[in-house]
Amino acid sequence: MTMQDRYPIAFQLYPYQRSADQDAKAPVTHPVVVVGGGPIGLATALDLGLKGHPVLALDDHEGVGQGSRAICFVRRTLEIAHRLGAGAEMLAKGIVWQKGRVFHDSDEIFEFDLLPEDGHRCPAFINLSQIHFKKFLVEAIERANADCAKIEIRGKNRVDAIDPGKDETVVDISTPDGSYQIKANWLIACDGARSPIRDMMGLGFDGRVFEDNFLMADVKMTADFLTERWFWFEPWFKSGSSALLHKQPDDIWRIDFQLGWDIDREKELKEENVRNRVDQMLGGKVEYELDWCSIYTFQCRRMEKFCHGRVLFAGDSAHQVSPFGARGANSGIQDPENLAWKLDLALRGHAPETLLHSYDEERLAAADENILNSTRSTDFLTPKFEASKKLRDAVLTLAARHRFARPLVNSGRLSVPCVYDSLSGFGPDAIVTPKRTRPDAPATDAPLADGYLLDKLGGGFTVIGFGTSIPSAQNIEGLHVAGLTIDEISPETRERYLGDEASAVYLIRPDQYVVARWAEYDKGKIASAIRQAIGKDNKCP
Amino acid sequence: MSLNLDPNLVDPDGFYQALLDAHEGLDAAQSAEFNARLIFVLANQIGDPELLAQALEAAK
Repeated sequence: MTMQDRYPIAFQLYPYQRSADQDAKAPVTHPVVVVGGGPIGLATALDLGLKGHPVLALDDHEGVGQGSRAICFVRRTLEIAHRLGAGAEMLAKGIVWQKGRVFHDSDEIFEFDLLPEDGHRCPAFINLSQIHFKKFLVEAIERANADCAKIEIRGKNRVDAIDPGKDETVVDISTPDGSYQIKANWLIACDGARSPIRDMMGLGFDGRVFEDNFLMADVKMTADFLTERWFWFEPWFKSGSSALLHKQPDDIWRIDFQLGWDIDREKELKEENVRNRVDQMLGGKVEYELDWCSIYTFQCRRMEKFCHGRVLFAGDSAHQVSPFGARGANSGIQDPENLAWKLDLALRGHAPETLLHSYDEERLAAADENILNSTRSTDFLTPKFEASKKLRDAVLTLAARHRFARPLVNSGRLSVPCVYDSLSGFGPDAIVTPKRTRPDAPATDAPLADGYLLDKLGGGFTVIGFGTSIPSAQNIEGLHVAGLTIDEISPETRERYLGDEASAVYLIRPDQYVVARWAEYDKGKIASAIRQAIGKDNKCP
Repeated sequence: MSLNLDPNLVDPDGFYQALLDAHEGLDAAQSAEFNARLIFVLANQIGDPELLAQALEAAK
C-alpha cells in the first residue's frame, strides 16, 4: 500500500518504521495519543513526555513540509520553547527584529520601534521559518528521550477513523504496511485547520471567511534591506493592494501580496507571474530565487468547545485566525502549555478530570481575543464596502500628517498571551499592583542575580518569595510545590512584581500563569489557592 | 488651547470597529449623511471655536 504525501518534505525527521502495535493480537492501549506532527502536536507530546507520560504522536508525513508558513515567533512562545528545552536553538537561528515601517503608495506614513524592554531572557520577536521551529522541537524530543522520556513519533501513520468511548478512543491507522488499530485513553487532535478528527466527529468550525486572496512568497536573495517589517498599503509598485517584506534567517525574505477576491489561482501561482510581482516590488535589479509560494484565503473561526470527552483539540484544529498579528502558531503553542499540566495532574489522579474544563474556558477566551484582533486587522486591510474603504484611506492620509491617527492604522496587532481576567481558578490578589503580574496574567520574566526568573520555575507549581523566605520544597495537596526565595531585588523585579510592597509572595502555575499573590507567606492560603487552581474547590456544580 | 493631535483614543481598534459597524449596510449616500451627522455631534462635544477651526485645518 502506498501513501501519497500531501506536500513535499523539507526534512525527513521520523521515517516510517513498523511498530510492534501493528503485529499485536489486540489493539494496544496508549495513555496519550497526539494526532498531528506540526508545532502544536510536537509541543504537546514534548510537554507531556517531559512530565513523565508515555506519549504516542501520529503524523501522516515523515517530517517537516516545505514552505515556511509561520515566520514570526513572539516572546511568550520562546519562553515556552525554553521550558521545553528547544529555545536556545531557536534564538541562535532566529532573526531578532523590533522596527518596522508603514507605507501608503510611495509615502512612508510612519516608522515604529517596539522598543523591547530589558531584563528578559527572550527577545520580543524573532523571525524563524516554521520548518526550523518544528525541527528544533523534534530535536528536543530526541534529547528528552535520551534522558528517559518516552515520546514516540510514528511517521506515515494516518488516522482514518476514530471511535470515541467514555474511557478510551479506538483509532484506526493506515501505514505503508497496511492498517492497524490502537486505543487511546486520551486523544489530542493537533491535526490542523482542516482537522480530519474534527470532521470524523462531525463537529462544527464556524466563523468568517474573508473575501480576499494573499500570495505569500519566500524569496532567497542577498539584499541589504534592513531587518525591519515593511508594510505597504496600496503600494506604488502595484504588486497587490497591500504588500509585506520581512526578513527570515538564511537570506530568505517573506513577501506577501494582497491579490483580491476574483483571481485565477493557477495563473497567479505560475513562476513568471509571481516573479513579475516581485520584480515590480524590488525594482527588477535584484537577483533572487523563489524558495516557496502559495495563495491563501483567510478565515477566523473556532470550535464551540475544545474538549469532547477524552478527545481534546489544540492549535489550528480548534481555532483559526488570519496571519496578521502572528496569532496562529503563537496562540496555538499556548494551548498545550495550558493543557499539558492539567492532563498530567488528571492522569496522576492529583486533580479531577473536570480540571480540563478550565482548558476550554481559558483557551476559548484566548481564541476569542485572537479572533477579535485578527478580524479587526483583516477588516482594515481588506475594506468590505465603499464607506469602510473611505474611512481606511482617511486614517492612512491623516496618519502621514498627524501622530494621533497612527494607532488607528492596523496592519496586524502582534500576539500577546491572553490574560484570563475574571475566569475561575485564580486569586486572591491581596496586593493589587503591579497590574501586569496580577492573578490571571502570565508571569513576566525578570533578571536575577544569577540568571532569569522564568528559568527558575520548574514543571510544577512554584511559590516565589520576593524579599521574604519560602520553604524550598513542600507537599501540598499531594503535589510537589517548589519554593523560590529572591533576596536581591533588581529594579526590574521591583517594577514587575513588588511595586510599593516591601515583600510579595506569588503562586505560579506550571504554565507560568500567576494564580494568586499576597504580601506575606501563609501556607494555608497557598494550599487553598492551589486547591482552587486544580479544580478541587469548584464551587459551581 | 490647541487641538490635540497626539494619540488620545482609549481603544483605537474598538472605536474603528464601532465606526465600521455603524456604516454596515448603508449605501454611499447614507454613509455620507451619517458622517455629516457624526461631525456635528463630535463638534458639539468640542464646542470651542478655536479648536474647531484647527480641526477643520487638520482634516484638509
